[in-house]
Amino acid sequence: MSEPAETPTEKLAHQLLQKAAPSRTVYEDLIIVPVFAIFVALVLGGLVMLATNVSIDTIGRSYIALLTGSVGSLGAISETLTAATPLVLAGLGVAMGFRAGFFNIGAEGQVLMGGMAAVIVGFSFGGLPIYIHLPMALLAGVLVGGLYAGIAGWLRAATGAHEVISTIMLNLISFRLVDYLLKVPFIQKAGRSDPISNAVLDSATLPRLLDWVDPNMRVHAGVFLMLFMVWFCYWLLFKTTIGFEFRASGENPDAARFAGMRSGLIVVLVMALAGALAGLAGANQVLGVLGRASPGFSAGIGFNAISVALLGRSHPVGVLIAGLLFGALEAGGRQMQVDAGVSLDLIGIVQSLIIAFIAAPLLVRAVFPWGFRGKAASRKE
Amino acid sequence: MDIELRGITKRFGEVVANSGVNLSIRAGEVLGLLGENGAGKSTMMNVLSGLYRPDEGEILIDGKPVQFNGPGDGIRAGIGMVHQHFMLVPVFTVAENVVLGVEPTGPLDSLDLKTARAQVREINETYGLEVDPDALIENLPVGIQQRVEIIKVLFRSADVLIFDEPTAVLTPQEVTDFFKIVRALREAGKALVFITHKLHEILEIADRINVLRAGQIVGECLPGEKTDLELAEMMVGRPVSLEVEKKPYEPGEVLLDVKDLTILREDDSLAVDDVSFSVRRHEVVGIAGVQGNGQSALVEALAGVHRIAGGTIAFEGKDITRASARARHQMGIAHIPEDRLKNGVVANFSIAENMVLNSYYDDRYSRGVMMDWNAVNERAAEYSAAFDVRTPSIFETVNHLSGGNQQKMVVAREMSRDTKLLIAAHPTRGLDVGSIEYIHSRLMDARDEGNAVLIVSSELDEVIALSDRILVMFKGKIVAQFGAGGRPADKNDIGLAMAGAAL
Repeated sequence: MSEPAETPTEKLAHQLLQKAAPSRTVYEDLIIVPVFAIFVALVLGGLVMLATNVSIDTIGRSYIALLTGSVGSLGAISETLTAATPLVLAGLGVAMGFRAGFFNIGAEGQVLMGGMAAVIVGFSFGGLPIYIHLPMALLAGVLVGGLYAGIAGWLRAATGAHEVISTIMLNLISFRLVDYLLKVPFIQKAGRSDPISNAVLDSATLPRLLDWVDPNMRVHAGVFLMLFMVWFCYWLLFKTTIGFEFRASGENPDAARFAGMRSGLIVVLVMALAGALAGLAGANQVLGVLGRASPGFSAGIGFNAISVALLGRSHPVGVLIAGLLFGALEAGGRQMQVDAGVSLDLIGIVQSLIIAFIAAPLLVRAVFPWGFRGKAASRKE
Repeated sequence: MDIELRGITKRFGEVVANSGVNLSIRAGEVLGLLGENGAGKSTMMNVLSGLYRPDEGEILIDGKPVQFNGPGDGIRAGIGMVHQHFMLVPVFTVAENVVLGVEPTGPLDSLDLKTARAQVREINETYGLEVDPDALIENLPVGIQQRVEIIKVLFRSADVLIFDEPTAVLTPQEVTDFFKIVRALREAGKALVFITHKLHEILEIADRINVLRAGQIVGECLPGEKTDLELAEMMVGRPVSLEVEKKPYEPGEVLLDVKDLTILREDDSLAVDDVSFSVRRHEVVGIAGVQGNGQSALVEALAGVHRIAGGTIAFEGKDITRASARARHQMGIAHIPEDRLKNGVVANFSIAENMVLNSYYDDRYSRGVMMDWNAVNERAAEYSAAFDVRTPSIFETVNHLSGGNQQKMVVAREMSRDTKLLIAAHPTRGLDVGSIEYIHSRLMDARDEGNAVLIVSSELDEVIALSDRILVMFKGKIVAQFGAGGRPADKNDIGLAMAGAAL
């Protein structure tokens, strides 16, 4: 009962299927670099605070506040998750764009447009049950965000207009468009002269998850949307033919074209997907946290999403981790301000330092040469 | 000026690029340095020109040890490198390019181009280079551009000139002229290093030959002492065959029929001008021509990735002029692109992913939108093994492979399916003897199995060795045909046709 003997070629083919163990370099890049980066950033941040006459005592307290405010209690974790959710969603959108080779600066505008659409659906259609109304509002955000970004994709595919310029312009248009929409009688809250929308109905609000523990805990069902989207983007990128096309076009558009992939279609698809995710981030904010729309309700989520995507190396799981880090810094930063009285600007500096160091692994390797044994990931000539 | 390299060892991490290399370069002599890709030729020359610092060993100039801390030191010591890829500013004149970085200046630091022109003329006369100092680089043929590179090096008073694969971009006639210049330089007492993997050239021009394999000098000889076959064996480390074994020519029916094809470049200039030809089953048609005469556009148009301005392409009697690249792929047209890194592979993708780059949508590799990675990996391993792609694993990214293995990977992808027409552009460019031998035999197998094969190469020897019929392209037109009952494929005649001479 012996198996038929393998030919030498078959044997070789068998060997080629063996996966090499992940190299130490990979592990160092993914684990050690971020840890050291955070450490260096905290030290440098401390020095900056010292230079602005903050006492060592206060610096110590502020760093403890940063920790407790982000992960120190259930309430803190709730705040971290609340802040992270829209960043991860919009960051996924930007990351998908990066993967396909598109520098989508327009997440901010897509967040705004998606959020506005979700608000409008959210305060209209009273009387619907939540399981119909809430998905409708979310879907409105997804569709409008996707269509809005799709404009930039279509412009690129049809006319060659560079997406950086077109998405920046679409951002500017969306800022003013939201200002205008908030003054439209049907949208503007009755009896108000300032630009603010009607409140989202309960039937379109993302339910809070922990209000039975403490009514102040804001974490809401958007967290599940976020986790689902992380999985979805991972699946799309690495398990489907569409993701294969995205990645090939992003890495080498010429080779993708030579291999018969349709670049125009890919542009439009990936931009629409990026916009849909950003639009979902906007919907998540208005339906889960804010309850209505006001000017600038996107609060820079779309711009931070670019950092989140870069920091997460455009990998869905990386984006999740980077988004959680950003969320933690935001939640912890607020606590820093409350507990230690450090100005929000200094907190911004510490945050920026952490990001800068994680984004520059070679710099971290240079500062801590003894921390690394694998060879630096230098490019071949 | 004499240079002595003693026990040079250069490591990159774990990889040893050079190990204990001894080399002597003497004034008035051409040293031929022969080696496969990745044998360590370029590393050694970069050590010599000061770009890399050796881990062990020393460099002696006229008996005195020297240490280079950067490329500037090498130039100051009189060592000049003529690179394979020219480093010239196309919109500058010859004189401007020559003085770039070491400009002679007049009062108030103004650029003194008059002196520059005079100096270029002087160098011209000394070595018989015949280059107009006021010509714009972009208007000059490649052979002349190479001379400008040589003038650049001489202008910086180099006594040692290193040529890295200098003939790769030249026509046969240009090679002859280039060798004249090399001899003139030798007469003038310059020390010359000639790096190549082309055996007949090194036998023709070198006074002394060193063979490099796997970072070590494996042999030194005089050109008269060894045959090209022996040198090839030394270089590769095993017996090789330089001849292409070809079965008799028995063409079948016409498979590809091109009529009045006209193609424009992106700037609307004519790339291919009213070209007609056909390729039959069991036939290899070679297109010879100096690069830039429309061959690239022709190949891309046939593969469906370049717009066609006029004319028709028929395949198996069906008009495919407007068919997409994917449709043509599915009809059995395989395309080995000219520039593998730019168009053939995604360098950061694994071998497995690259292996299905143009067939991932096929039933074998995906179900609906879901990729079947197990099937992909198994096929990729099978093809890699069958086509001798040397790698520890198919999950390795392609940029970790040597050029030869990358090319074999592309050949494996294009040929390991049922093909009818094989379009191969520069299938062996930059490859070493061993890989060339392998790819040639695969192309011949395809022909014998009934494929129509169209080969484009600027390597005249290759075109002649492989082709049953040869078409010569010049300025977008087919200007001459050789072989298959017509005019015999004489290397000299083809070379003349490539240069545009009427026959």
